[in-house]
Amino acid sequence: MSADIFAKKRRNSLVLFLIIGAATVVSIIITEFSMAKGFTSVPKAIQWSLSNFYPTKDSLTKLPDILIKLKETLLISIAATTLAGILAFVFAILGSNTTRVNAFFGGFSRGIAVLFRNIDVSIWALVLLFSFGQSSLTGYFALFFGSFGFLTRAFIETIDEVSSSSVEALQATGASYLTIISQSVIPSTIPQMISWVLFMIETNIRNATLVGLLTGSGIGFTFNLYYKNLNYDIASLVVITIIISILCIEYISNYVRRVIL
Amino acid sequence: MQAEGPIKPFPSHTGQDLDKRLLDLLSKKPFSKSTIVIRLSVLILAILTMYAFVSFDYKDVKLLDALLLTMDNLKIMFFEPHLKHFTFTQALYQVSITLGLAFLTTIFGAIIALMLGLLAAGNISTKPLSIVIKGTVALIRAVPTVLWVLIFAVAAGLGSVAAVIGMTFHSISYLVKAYSESFEEIDKGAIEALQASGANWWQIVFQVVIPSSITYIISWTFMRFEINFAVAVAMGAAAGAGGIGFDMFMASGFYFDLSEIGAITYFILIIAICLEIFATHIKRKLKVLS
Repeated sequence: MSADIFAKKRRNSLVLFLIIGAATVVSIIITEFSMAKGFTSVPKAIQWSLSNFYPTKDSLTKLPDILIKLKETLLISIAATTLAGILAFVFAILGSNTTRVNAFFGGFSRGIAVLFRNIDVSIWALVLLFSFGQSSLTGYFALFFGSFGFLTRAFIETIDEVSSSSVEALQATGASYLTIISQSVIPSTIPQMISWVLFMIETNIRNATLVGLLTGSGIGFTFNLYYKNLNYDIASLVVITIIISILCIEYISNYVRRVIL
Repeated sequence: MQAEGPIKPFPSHTGQDLDKRLLDLLSKKPFSKSTIVIRLSVLILAILTMYAFVSFDYKDVKLLDALLLTMDNLKIMFFEPHLKHFTFTQALYQVSITLGLAFLTTIFGAIIALMLGLLAAGNISTKPLSIVIKGTVALIRAVPTVLWVLIFAVAAGLGSVAAVIGMTFHSISYLVKAYSESFEEIDKGAIEALQASGANWWQIVFQVVIPSSITYIISWTFMRFEINFAVAVAMGAAAGAGGIGFDMFMASGFYFDLSEIGAITYFILIIAICLEIFATHIKRKLKVLS
C-alpha cells in the first residue's frame, strides 16, 4: 500500500517535471532565446559594467539635476500610493464579506479591483499619455490606478482576516454601520494597511522608473536620455541614486512594520 | 502586538495599587510606541502627498479636461476594440511570446533562487554567508527590472536574451527573499533531530527543508510568474523585448490607435485574470493539503 503511494508520488512528480521541461523548450523556441548567448552575456555584461558603468568626477556635476528628478519621482510614487490607498479602503469596505452593504456592491467593487489590478502600469501609462501628455500627472495616474487595484485586494483580505469577530461583537450591541467602521474596522486594520501602503510605495518607485521611460518624465526619462546618448557614467549615477533611495525607503518601512505589527 | 518592556512583579495586591496600575495602563495606551509610529507615518504620508501636488510639473494640463478625455479614451479602448496592424492569430502568437518570456524567467529564477535561498536561510546556512547573500539580493532588488534589462542589452543587444537575463536577475532576488524566509520558518526541532542523527546537509535539505516548505515555494513561484507576465509586457514596451508589449508600444507611440490598444489590453487582461484564478485555485488546493 505505502509502496503504491510512493510510486504514485514519483510518477506524479515525473509528469510534472516533464511538463515543465517541455514548456521550457517551447518557450525557448518561441522567444528565440539562445542559451549560449544567455550564459555568455552575463560575464560580458559584468565586464562591460566594470569598465564603463560607473560615475566619474565629471558626471557628479549632473547630480543636482538628477536629484530634482528623483525627488519628483519619489513624490509622485508616494502621492499616488496614499490616495489610491484611501480609495482602495472605501472599495475594500464595500467589497469585504464582513463589512459590505449588500451583495451587489460587494461583487461590483471586487470586479473593479480585478480589472484595475490586472491592467499593468505600463498599459495605463501608454493610454494616459494620450490625454495627459508628458506631464507628471501621466505617471501619477498610471501608478494610482495600478496601486488602487492591488491595494483593494490586499485591504479586503486584511479586513476579512482581522476584524470579522470585532465587527460581529459591535453588531450585537446594535452599533450603527459608521460606528462599526470607525471603532472596529479602522483601528484593527490600520497597522496592516500602513504596511501594505509602504510596500506599495517601494514597488511604485521601481514602477515609476518604468513609467518615466515610457512617458518621458521623471527619473526614468533622465536615465533613458543619458543611456541613449551613451553617457553611461551619468546613467550609472542615476541607477545609484535610485538604489540608495529604494534601500532607504525599504529600511524605513521595515522599521515601521517592526514597530506597528 | 508585543508588550513594552518586561512585566514587573507586583509586590502588594492592595486595591489602591491595582487602581493605580490600571490608570497607568489606560493613560499609557494612547501613547505607546506603535500608536505614535502609526500616527506619525499617516501624518508624514499626508504632508508628502500634499507637498507632491503643489510641486507637480503640470505643464499646462487642465486636470478636469484631461480626465474627461481619459474617460473618452477608455470608452474607445474598451467598447470599440479592433486589430488593424496585425491579425488575431498574430496577436495570439505575440501573447505566447510574452508568456514564454515570463515562463523562462520564472523557471531560471526559481532554480537559481532555490539554491541561493538555501544558502541564505539563517537556520541551515552559516551566518556570514546568509548576510552576504541577503545583502547582495537586496541590492539587486533595488534596481528596477527595466534598468537590468537595459544594462544587459548593452552586452547582449536588445531582444529576448537581454530581457530574459535582466528579468531573471530581478526574479532571483525576489524569490531568494521569499524562499529563505519560508525556510527560516521551519520547525527548528526537525532540523536538530536530523542533525543529531548524523544527517548531512543535503539530507537535511531534501528530507526536511524542501518537503516542509514546498507549498510556500510553489505559491511564491506562481505568484512571481504572474508578476513576470506583467513585467514581460512592460519590457516589450520599454526595452524592446518583443511580444505583445511591443505591439502595444507601437499602437500607442506610432499609430496613435486607441482601439488597437483596447484589443491588446483585452488579450493581456484575459491572460492575467486566468493566471490569477489559477493561482488562487493552486493556493486553495495547497492549503487543503498542508
